[in-house]
Formats: sequence, structure tokens, C-alpha cells
Amino acid sequence: MIRSLWAPAAGLLLTLALVGFFLVVRPLDRLTEGVPPREALVVEASRLRPDGIELVLRADGAAPVRIAQVQVDGAYWRFVQEPPGALARLGTVRLFLPYPWQQGATHHLRLVSATGATFDHTIEVAIATPPLTAATLGLYGLVGLAIGVVPVAIGLLGWPLLRRLSQDGLGFVLSLTLGLLAFLFLDTFAEALAAAARLPAALRGEAVVWLATLLVALALFASGRRGGTVPEAASLAFFVALGIGLHNLGEGLAVGAALATGEAALASFLVAGFTLHNVSEGLGIAAPLVRERPSFAFFSGLALLAGLPAIVGSWAGAFVATPLPVTLCFVAAAGAILQVMVELAAWLVRSETSTSGAGLRLAHLAGFALGLAVMYATGLWTAV
Amino acid sequence: MPIEERSRAVRLQGGLRRRRFLGLGGASAGLSLWLASTEQVGAAPQRHSAHAHELAFGTRGSVDHAANGFDPHAMLTDFDTGSVSRRGDGRRLREFTITAIDRAIEIAPGVAFEAWTYNGRVPGPTLRATEGDLVRIHFANAGSMPHTMHFHGIHHARMDGVPGAGEVMPGETFVYEFEAKPFGCHLYHCHSLPLKRHLHRGLYGVFIVDPDPARHPSHAAARSRLFGSPENAEWQEFVMVMNAFDTDFDEENEFYAVNTIPFAYMDKPIPVDRSRPVRVYLVNVTEFDPINSFHLHGNFFDYYDHGTTLEPTLRTVDTVMQCQAQRGILEFHFREHEPGLYMFHAHQSEFAELGWMSAFAVGDGTS
Repeated sequence: MIRSLWAPAAGLLLTLALVGFFLVVRPLDRLTEGVPPREALVVEASRLRPDGIELVLRADGAAPVRIAQVQVDGAYWRFVQEPPGALARLGTVRLFLPYPWQQGATHHLRLVSATGATFDHTIEVAIATPPLTAATLGLYGLVGLAIGVVPVAIGLLGWPLLRRLSQDGLGFVLSLTLGLLAFLFLDTFAEALAAAARLPAALRGEAVVWLATLLVALALFASGRRGGTVPEAASLAFFVALGIGLHNLGEGLAVGAALATGEAALASFLVAGFTLHNVSEGLGIAAPLVRERPSFAFFSGLALLAGLPAIVGSWAGAFVATPLPVTLCFVAAAGAILQVMVELAAWLVRSETSTSGAGLRLAHLAGFALGLAVMYATGLWTAV
Repeated sequence: MPIEERSRAVRLQGGLRRRRFLGLGGASAGLSLWLASTEQVGAAPQRHSAHAHELAFGTRGSVDHAANGFDPHAMLTDFDTGSVSRRGDGRRLREFTITAIDRAIEIAPGVAFEAWTYNGRVPGPTLRATEGDLVRIHFANAGSMPHTMHFHGIHHARMDGVPGAGEVMPGETFVYEFEAKPFGCHLYHCHSLPLKRHLHRGLYGVFIVDPDPARHPSHAAARSRLFGSPENAEWQEFVMVMNAFDTDFDEENEFYAVNTIPFAYMDKPIPVDRSRPVRVYLVNVTEFDPINSFHLHGNFFDYYDHGTTLEPTLRTVDTVMQCQAQRGILEFHFREHEPGLYMFHAHQSEFAELGWMSAFAVGDGTS
């Protein structure tokens, strides 16, 4: 045992020695002599307070960034920075500018570093960041309720209707659910990539999204099949609800942030659009239960599991959204939906081959396509 | 308008909480409050945001003039008259020594700029001669690129200071020689290629040719323009070079100023004795923007375009604009004014808010 360790140990030592040599002796510095260090800065969040503008910044380059001056709308404004000093790689600071910003206007910020490099950030539409009061929490809670719990519960009401379907009809509905989930997966994954694009480059957002989505799916897959059982019926409905719940967490985040930062107009229309869009999610959760007789409590639990996260998301989006948690949220949702798609498809194939032996038919394809189409069509009113 | 009210509220609250007040009795209230609030910020730039409403408009912090080796306030009245000698034929010879040097300067608080300079400063030294002098410039290039000194004046082609005529390679020298004419407010700058870069990096300066009173016997003005004369000593003369810096090299300026440092004369206004007249030698070397301008508050001035006449070319104006390399002389006084702060700035508000904003502190006697 000991004898077999000497080679890996030597390899480790050699690696450390080599890294140490490059960092201490720096033999390759001549290659980049005279090249100014690349500075990069990301504005992660902006808040419009009654007394001015607050920014959350993160450094994203090889060299530390020292913010020397700040322009707002082409004029220099004094600012306070906390903590003071240069931003180390991936370090974060808050800036506050006592700028008399204007409701509904666009504001352009330009940060000038100590080397004269500039970083631009635009606040597309300035609207006051909601204060953390019971009233605003209530309002954003209502948003979450309307896009999460309510439509899912309405969708679940379709369960008695689904029960009356023949075996063929059931296959159709399960395929339709698969279509819904496929749409949600693509939508969520795209959101994850979009949020990751706002992350510092050093975090390799895109790779994180791909890998973490797969890892989440695999982890849920393994946990779902723990003890040698395969999720079907009730447990499959649970996983569908979990995936949709995570998706709605992300959706709540996006909607809350869009409303709070003025990126969305006509909040009532937007929320109504999401309510409509998400009714089919409830139908998807109900589909695996058509041969069961679940209790009312179980249905309620599913509705809450799938719907409540939208409220949490809506609050988080309005008050604390920065790209990293938003990305992770969407990644978790994408992974969960991927897992449930696999299990649902597996169950569909198993049940079809065991009952009719006919495998996949045109009805399945039609159901899948209809699922996609329904989500697409109802999604037309949810564009932020 | 709610917006204006809010911005004023920011300033006034800042002023009321001031710790330091500029010692200018009777100064215009709003302006001194503005200044008081900005001074305070400079003193404690890292205050918690609870006090953030005390902050105001402008750049944050202050420039280390000692490290730069030049001070925008000293530059106003810093004239280099060279070394003067008489030639055999009785003609006056005026010699200057200029060296081009690459140097990082702090062009705004905390912002370093890799400048190319004449004698280590931006703008370069203000060279002052008298009409008819034989001017000899001993120019050495200690920089890393070829440079020239191209004078706006009357001279022969081989003394033009352009590629092919007086361009100096790094480590080499050249002697420019010409007669100082016509009298006026002129400039010199590097004419090496690429031209825009050589100018924008800081290679420019003012070249003043005072009229020779003997050649203009019917004009008393000529005596007052002649540096060192008793009539000239009555005047308060200031050199102001309107310049700008594009720190991220995207051909759009980040900072505008008079004599390099943004808001330098706003944070510390220029003292003016109201009993004596003021003469400003104004030169525009701003790159990338076609024009720049000078606007004086609460007063009007006479303007001498290029300074090549002894009669004003524009009378009683409060704003004048100059294209790139245009220059002129402004004359005005505050004899009938109350003491106070009188602003002057580019009336392109964009330039003003990016640094080209200044003020005269008008009082009795200079401090």
C-alpha cells in the first residue's frame, strides 16, 4: 500500500514545486512585459434609493480594480465605497452615489478605474427599489401566489377529468405532460444560461450551468430510485411537483426582479399571463395520478410544493437578486425537470408496452407536440 | 420641478452640515454651500452612506500636485521668458530649452495617465517672447517616440516642426529658430504622426508673443500687454489651456479641464483682486471634440481672437467658442462687482460636468 503511494506523492510534490517556481521566479513575465493587466468589472445589482443610486460591483479580471471616479449621465459625482480600496479578483463592493435620479428615466453610469479604463452600466428604466415593508412584501407575495400556487391548484382540478380517459387517452396526456416539461426545461435552461452570462467570466458560468444541471438531474435520479424502486404514479407526481416548484422559484425570481427594476411594464398583465401559462403545470402534476386515489391533503401538498416557491422567488427577486443565486436557482430547476422527464418517459414506455404492447404511437407524438404548443402559446403573454 | 428641488436639497443639506467653510465673506450663498460640501467630501471620502446626502457633484478625492510636479494654480501665472541675450547686431535673442519626456501623471484624482510631456508637465511650459525677438528652442527628445515642436507663428518651412522638417528621433536633439511674430496668443504642439495621439497624450503648450510697444506707438494697449512693463503689472494675467483626456483610448474624452486637472479651480477658486483688470490667455487644445468654449458668470469681456490685434475682435460677450487650436485673449474686470465667487466654464454642459468648471474668488486685494 505504502509502496504504491510514492509515485502519486512525487507527482504531487512536483506539481507544487512547479507552481511555486512559476509564482516565485516568474520566468515567463517577459512574455507579457508592458501589457497592462486586464481589468474587468461587473455591476451585479443596482438599487434606486430615495437619496441616490447604490451599486453592487464585482471584479472579474486578473488584476485588482481600483475605482477612481464615477460618471452618472456624463457628469462626475462623488461616491462612497464600502469597503474602500481596490477590488481583488472576484471581490465585491458597494458604491453609493447621491445622484438625483429620475423616475422612469434611463441613467448611464461610467466607472473610471485608476488606470483610466472605463466600465459602463445602464439603468434602463429607473424606478424606486421597493422598500422592505409588510405592504410591499404582501404585494410581491401576491405576485408569487398568482403565478405559482393558484395556477397549479387550478391545473390539479383537471384530475377528475383525466381519470375518465381510456388507456390511450392516458398515454396522450402523459405525452402532453412530457411536452410541457420539455418546454419548461428549455425555457429554464435558457434562463440559467442568460443569468450565467452576467456572472464574472472567472466563474465559467456556462460550464457551471451544463454540469450542475446534469449533476442535479443525476442526484435526483439516484434519490428517486433509492431502494431499487422506480418512481411511478404518486412518487412520480411528487418529482414532477418538485421540478415545477424549483422552476417556479426561478420564475418568481425573474418576475420579482423584472418588476422591481422596471424592466417589466404593466405588472398586472404580466402576472395574469404567467397564471394562464402555469395552469398546464398543474395538469402535468395530476397526470401520473390518474390510476390513483390520492387524498385531498396529498393534492394540497403537491400544489404547495409546486407553487409556493414562486412566492419565495418573487421576494428574493425584488429585494436581493444577484446573478449567482439566480443562476443556481434555474440550474436546480433545469436539473429537476430533466430528471422528471426521464422518469416520466420511462414510465410511459413501460406502461404502454405492458398494456397494449404497441409502444409509441402517433397519439404520443401528438400529445407531446400539443404540450409544447400549449406552453409556447400561453407563454406569449409572459415576455418580460 | 421635483428633480431640481431634490438636487438642491442634496447640496443645501450638505452645506448645512459643513465642517469647513471657505473664507469668502459675502460669497454667493448657493455656490459656497456647494463648495463647502465638496470640500468636506474631499476630507473624508469614505464616509458611511448614512451621510451620503452630504456628497455632491464632482470628482472624488484630490490630485497629488507635488507628485505630478506641477500645480494647476501655479501654471496660471507661470511664464517662461527663456534666457535673453543681445546679438552683435543688437537684436534680442531669446533661448528656451525643452525636453520631451514620457511620464505618468495623475490627470484626475486617482486616475493615472501615461502622458507624453514637454518638460514633464501638461500643458508644457508657457513660452513668452516679445515681437521681433529671435527665438531659439533647444529641443531634446527623451521620450520613446519621435516628436516635434510645431509652433503656430510665422516661420520658414524647415523650422515647421513636422515629419521631414525638425522631427526629432528619441535620444536626439534639434534647434528651432524663428522670429517671434505676429504678436498674439499662440500655441505649440507636437506634429509627429499619428497627430491625434501625439496631441492628446499631452504634447502642447502656450506660446505668447507680446507686442513691441515701439512698433505700436498709438496703442496704449501694447504697453499693457508687454510682460514686465509697469502697465502690465497692473493686470492679473492667467494662462488657461482647455484640454481633455481620453483615458480609455476610445476617442472620446473622459475628463475635461483647464490646465489638465478637472474641477481644480472649482475646488480651489482663483483669487482675483477686483480693483485690477483680468487678462486670460485662452487656448483650446481639446482633442476629439471640434469645439470648446469659455463662459463667464455675471460679467462680460472683450475678446481678441488669436490676440493678434490691439483692438478687440469681439466686444462685450460672455461666451466665446474656439475650434481646435484656436485661441484668444479675454479682458474684463470686476471693479463694480460685489466680492464673491464668479464661475466660468465651458458652456457645453457636458464638458462642464466632466471637469471643465471653474470659479474666480473675487475680493479686495489678492490673498
